[in-house]
Amino acid sequence: MFRKLSLTAAMALALTTGQATAAELETEITDYDFSFEGPFGSFDQMQLQRGLQVYTEICAACHGLEYVAFRNLSDDGGPGLPEDQMRAYAEFYEVFDQSLFDGEGDFRPATPADKFPASSLSNAPDLSLMAKARAGFHGPYGTGISQFVNGMGGAEYIASLLTGYHEEPECALEGEPMDGFYNVAFAAGGFPESCKDENGKHKVPGSWIAMAPPLYGDDVDYADGHSTELAEVAKDVSAFLMWTAEPKLMARKQAGLTGVLFLTVLSVLLYLTNKRLWAPHKGKE
Amino acid sequence: MGGIPHDHYEPKTKGEKWLHSRLPIVGLMYDTLMIPTPKNLNWMWIWGIVLVFTLVLQIITGIVLVMHYVPHVDMAFASVEHIMRDVNGGHMIRYFHQNGASLFFIAVYAHIFRSLYYGSYKSPREVTWVVGMLMYVLMMGTAFMGYVLPWGQMSFHGTAVITGLFGAIPFIGESVQVWLLGTPNGAIAQPALNRFFSLHYLLPFILLGLTIVHVWAFHTTGNNNPTGVEVRRTSKEDAAKDTLPFWPYFVIKDLFALAIILALFVAVVGFMPNYLGHPDNYIPANPLATPSHIVPEWYFLPFYAVLRAFDQDVWLVIAVNWITFGIIDAKFFGVIAMFGAIVVMALAPWLDTSTVRSGRYRPMFKWWFWLFVVNFILLMWVGARPAEGIYPYIALIGSTYWFAYFLVILPLLGVIEKPNTPPATIEEDFNAHYAPKSDGAKPVASPAE
Repeated sequence: MFRKLSLTAAMALALTTGQATAAELETEITDYDFSFEGPFGSFDQMQLQRGLQVYTEICAACHGLEYVAFRNLSDDGGPGLPEDQMRAYAEFYEVFDQSLFDGEGDFRPATPADKFPASSLSNAPDLSLMAKARAGFHGPYGTGISQFVNGMGGAEYIASLLTGYHEEPECALEGEPMDGFYNVAFAAGGFPESCKDENGKHKVPGSWIAMAPPLYGDDVDYADGHSTELAEVAKDVSAFLMWTAEPKLMARKQAGLTGVLFLTVLSVLLYLTNKRLWAPHKGKE
Repeated sequence: MGGIPHDHYEPKTKGEKWLHSRLPIVGLMYDTLMIPTPKNLNWMWIWGIVLVFTLVLQIITGIVLVMHYVPHVDMAFASVEHIMRDVNGGHMIRYFHQNGASLFFIAVYAHIFRSLYYGSYKSPREVTWVVGMLMYVLMMGTAFMGYVLPWGQMSFHGTAVITGLFGAIPFIGESVQVWLLGTPNGAIAQPALNRFFSLHYLLPFILLGLTIVHVWAFHTTGNNNPTGVEVRRTSKEDAAKDTLPFWPYFVIKDLFALAIILALFVAVVGFMPNYLGHPDNYIPANPLATPSHIVPEWYFLPFYAVLRAFDQDVWLVIAVNWITFGIIDAKFFGVIAMFGAIVVMALAPWLDTSTVRSGRYRPMFKWWFWLFVVNFILLMWVGARPAEGIYPYIALIGSTYWFAYFLVILPLLGVIEKPNTPPATIEEDFNAHYAPKSDGAKPVASPAE
């Protein structure tokens, strides 16, 4: 199910100045289906491994994952790499170790205990938490209740962004040329005056993003034969980034389910106890 | 305790007598637990237990979090991620603590609205009410400072907004802000994080102490109840007709309610723990990049709406500004209004002139009260909207009603309203709901039967 959602990110409000300037920004977020949505959803291990591959071959050129350790790749509820593969994977990376060379420091191959390197480009944000730092949608009616069914939409946002590069709209060609690339899912970028109407309202969704389109489709070769269409590759890496942002997602849902079941049983027992306790005082048996 | 006649603890064994003559602690616990409680309490009387439970939950989870958290501007964010990723069960502890704050406020708002409806704040329970209001303010301070600790974008820029409020105080504002933040230029940096961390750890224990004072106060006056009629104190037998001991009747009832609430709470923590949070707080604090939309946590929104309602276009603000020769500008007026909204609520016992305590028997009051509840939710909603278009007007109307409720409606209603007659006794009210058995005086059975 691919449902187009139109998201209104109300940009506004600076309390300290007492002034509010507001521009209604429309973005196009596609509500992709992911296996980890809903109370019983779980990560698709193969998808996480494919996403790791996309991250390694493409994203890692500029972006980092500074909160994720290599050993996490073998953790339960994650990509689940066998330990030897995880060790071999870590050794691909060089990390700086201050303790080498009598405290002068030197580079060495990474071990499982090391974290992924941070971003190598200063304006490329770290991706560890990206899937939680961007909420794709707040529906219905801004209440956000759909989180229960859909998750917070961070993975949807990332996948929509990766597939959201379009030809520049005609209105943009009228004014000054814009820096960056037009993306219908991106809200926080530059926007040409020539694409606003007289009230300052945007005539086209999205804005201009500095990142060049990273994916075009067929960017990677999957060992498991999975489709390498643009949307599929984007979904795989988005799922992987959901895992890097919330590595304990499956343990958490498991704990939540156990807790709810336990407390439901406890409620029933306490209800019966309470009823029996009060019965003599309420004129019942 | 309580002035309600009932059986007190009598030490029986030699050991008990020995201890009792030196420290009557068992007696204190017995009298507290066995206190006569009006037997007609409804389900809105469960929130106290929920609040005590939540306070303990927050303290315990908080103590564990502190074992792993690092209060340093360069490390705080990473240490929270360390808790979420590497500490055993850390992600659950942290999510419980984070969502526990919301549970705390849901419970406290229900608790406060219950008091407002049933007139629990009225004489002789003013002290209970004022202590409760003090606890509420402390809770808000604690929650705010806790939100700062992860040092995310909302933490940082929310702090800028809130401490900026103190900067609005005429003459001394800037000095106060410097004093609060601990930096000469009012920058939000390491000193602010350290002191917020310190206070965030301290205040819950003060809350715990005030909880004891709060309970002590209403154990002295006795509980209010849905009729607002006092328990008969004429004799032990009369009192026993109106009441049942807290243990086991109300403990079990409250635990049942608590279990249901916790089931919902655990569902939120397990399945949508970030629902009430803000995504921007998963971005490390960056003083140079202000989020496009700074919104406080949901529980502050009604007061945030009051703060923003009084802008420089409101005639009252213009008038006050003119009268005070510009000392009270729009920003400071907003700050006064926000704190004033809580102050007028704390003064409710002296503003409400009605002779009847419970809203159940006040035909006009009921309408104004429910409008007050709707208005509260409206303010919460409008507090999250941008201050543009129609929203400031809604906020202004809502804020005006908030003040009018306490300063005009409560005093006037007592004069113009003709209340219905409450039942003479609690027993009468209880029996109207639960008819006694036809064979009459059935002895009180023990729960085990």
